[in-house]
Amino acid sequence: MSFSTILSAAVDGLQAELIRVEADVSNGLPVFHMVGYLSSEVREAGERVRTAIRNSGYEYPPKRTVINLSPAALRKRGSSFDLPIAAAILSALGKIPPGTSEDCLIIGELSLNGRVGKVPGILPMVMEAAAHGIRRCVVPAENASEGALVKDVEIIGVNSLKEAADYLLGERCKEVKRQSANRKSIGETPGSILDGSGNIPDFSQLQGQENVRRAAEIAVAGGHNMLMIGPPGSGKSMTARCIAGILPPMSEEESLEVTRIYSVLGMVDENEPLIRHRPFREVHHTATRAALIGGGAVPRPGEISLAHKGVLFLDELPEFNRSVLEVLRQPLENREIQISRTYGTYRFPAEFMLIAAMNPCPCGNFPDMSKCRCTPAQIQMYLGKISRPFLDRIDLCVEAPRIGFRSLADPAVRECSADIRKRVIRVRELQEERYEGQKIKCNAALRAEDLSRYCELGKQEKLLMERAFSLMELTARGYHRILKTARTIADLDGEEWIRETHLREALSLRMIDGKYWRR
Amino acid sequence: MIYEFWYAGLQGVAAQKKICLRECMKTAEAIYYMEETQLRQFEFLNERERNRIIQAQKIRDFGSQYQKMTERGIRFIPYFSEEYPHRLREIQDPPYALYIKGSLPDPQSRKAAVIGARRCTPYGEKYGVDFARALAECGVEIISGMARGIDGMGHRGALLAGGKTYAVLGCGVDVCYPREHIGLYSDILEQGGGIISELPPGSAPLARNFPARNRIISGMSDAVLVMEAGKKSGSLITVDMALEQGRDVYALPGPVNSALSDGCNRLIRQGAGILLSPEELLEEWGLKEPGGRATGKMKIKNEKTLESDEKLVYSCLGLYPKSADQLASETGLGIRKVLDLLISLELQGYAEEISKNYYVISRC
Repeated sequence: MSFSTILSAAVDGLQAELIRVEADVSNGLPVFHMVGYLSSEVREAGERVRTAIRNSGYEYPPKRTVINLSPAALRKRGSSFDLPIAAAILSALGKIPPGTSEDCLIIGELSLNGRVGKVPGILPMVMEAAAHGIRRCVVPAENASEGALVKDVEIIGVNSLKEAADYLLGERCKEVKRQSANRKSIGETPGSILDGSGNIPDFSQLQGQENVRRAAEIAVAGGHNMLMIGPPGSGKSMTARCIAGILPPMSEEESLEVTRIYSVLGMVDENEPLIRHRPFREVHHTATRAALIGGGAVPRPGEISLAHKGVLFLDELPEFNRSVLEVLRQPLENREIQISRTYGTYRFPAEFMLIAAMNPCPCGNFPDMSKCRCTPAQIQMYLGKISRPFLDRIDLCVEAPRIGFRSLADPAVRECSADIRKRVIRVRELQEERYEGQKIKCNAALRAEDLSRYCELGKQEKLLMERAFSLMELTARGYHRILKTARTIADLDGEEWIRETHLREALSLRMIDGKYWRR
Repeated sequence: MIYEFWYAGLQGVAAQKKICLRECMKTAEAIYYMEETQLRQFEFLNERERNRIIQAQKIRDFGSQYQKMTERGIRFIPYFSEEYPHRLREIQDPPYALYIKGSLPDPQSRKAAVIGARRCTPYGEKYGVDFARALAECGVEIISGMARGIDGMGHRGALLAGGKTYAVLGCGVDVCYPREHIGLYSDILEQGGGIISELPPGSAPLARNFPARNRIISGMSDAVLVMEAGKKSGSLITVDMALEQGRDVYALPGPVNSALSDGCNRLIRQGAGILLSPEELLEEWGLKEPGGRATGKMKIKNEKTLESDEKLVYSCLGLYPKSADQLASETGLGIRKVLDLLISLELQGYAEEISKNYYVISRC
């Protein structure tokens, strides 16, 4: 038989699509043709495949070979087609008996000596295969654990073309790593920050800052966005990193959703493929728009999608390019980002909690006028870099004052992250119960129309808010933010009704509105 | 008058020389038609100034400009006009002309300048308002520069008392600088006060114009009150000019560790009057019967309605901002409790949040 078909898959955005790799080997001039709307890296596969086949101990006869990747309308990119092309040729040459590979998905990159290398996007590809009822997947050995995250699919990790061919021949040699879906329980302990350093500071190491500590707890408990304002060295960045340690665990679905994004970017760890902990992404202020929200000629997810279900931390907020901050407005509202290109629109999830930190003025000492050397115009300009619509999307604002010697030297043991996390988890569970069957997961996601239902106020509470509304020049949006925050505070106190004290605390955490911001 | 307008708009000749030349020539019209040879006879004019005048003589459209200006309600008062403020005529370097929107200060009433730093603390702001208000209630007219900070507070205080207040600008009278003071600008005019400048309408607020306008502020006033000034504050320039012009200078004392009261405290050491209360000042000026209550100290609000914890926090508040953390350690109450009490105080009108989680005692 001189014609064969192998199933493979390609990733487009976060979605995968099944691709049929067809090979035809027939008599004629010994040429190698590849068709099917291929990018240059796929076109180069031809050279790799022929050499790899020869170096794997197979004979490659001088015949006319045509490869087609269908559907032809979809642009094919990446190096994951090497292995399926090789398998299709071997099948067409009769080295692999026909029919063995019909219900099998094959993915992998080849090197010239026939070794199979890892490729990004395994998880969405295997998921797509499972959705189409395919029960076997041959993937690079390094990606096997990642593929095994998908239930009910047999994953065969292979190290070389020879191994793959042997498997398809029916020889289950022992090097072939076979894995079925096995999973550990998710999120038992807070894990490491994903991008590097490895260890999270604990809240017990944070000196002083009672106020910030409390605000962080409220923010995480209700999923609120938070802004910290304070002089340099007051522990804003440290607090943000501590927050990574009190994030609630993710559900299995959430975990897979996050892993899927990391998989597309090739950021999945071989030994620990499933991302069990909510991501914490710290972005430097030189970040470009595309780096933050995703983009490129072929759109890739950006930092906000990497922070999906987790935390996005922006330090030195006013130092960010204003246009970069403005693009965050829409994802903050819609919890996803849409990237449009002429050939299609991509949607990446972006359900993150924003933690931002900034100084009150360029020198950092305002409002201590005997130390602050900035002119009103300078302060104005510094604060003006952050637009009101952006601030409108931040629920909590807290001041991180300079730490005095007393609190530095205070030997008192402070509450550790684990204890705070327990409370956070309890409140998150409470919210999930309350919003069961709705799209909302946490208080921060409440819409204006939900407020009358979930944030009802008593008579006295209404009176208090009425006074606050006129006295503190609140806006409608500001009012809603305070109600949402008060809801979370009441939840932390285990109260069903929002009381005056909850409202007062929420008021003390409100965004510095109007007059303060204009100063 | 249109020739006076032309002459006043002439740039590059010092006001004093202008006055001198005008005195010699009797009218501005004569200067406009003056020949170059005649101009050479005035030796106090240098080459550049002569050229300026010759250049300016070629201008033709000042008549219509004058017309337009008066149509917009801007008055023009040259040095030799009857209406020119007498006090200003006495100073060393009087402006050749004033452009006025609204009215000029009443020559009969007492005038005080309330000045201070643009970068100021709530302490300076409060007393700026308080002094201006108390003085304005007794008929004193408040003059200031409508700048950010203390200047604006001085005007505000006078307006609160329903008094007249006058702003001397470093730009044209039709230019509102800083822009955020547009409300103040219209309020001043609405209450019968005036916006005054020596610069022609439309002049931009250039930094070099501002020290010069300070001499007009002090020149038109009987006394200068400095509320808050740092070591190198522009207010100290005004004080120097006020002293040259023989005006009384008063300064508001402040804590020794406050950088923004440093200038004031030093002025007091050098012999400036000390501002302890508006009443004492009014008595000194004979505007108020002596022996009245010395109510100079800040009026403490009636605390009866406050709960004991609220009283405790309230007693720790002052006019210099304190952070909630600081208040928590001072009172020994927890941060949550303190924030709760602060919001409660704020809603009852006892406290004010001036920056995120920084509180001062309520100023109104």
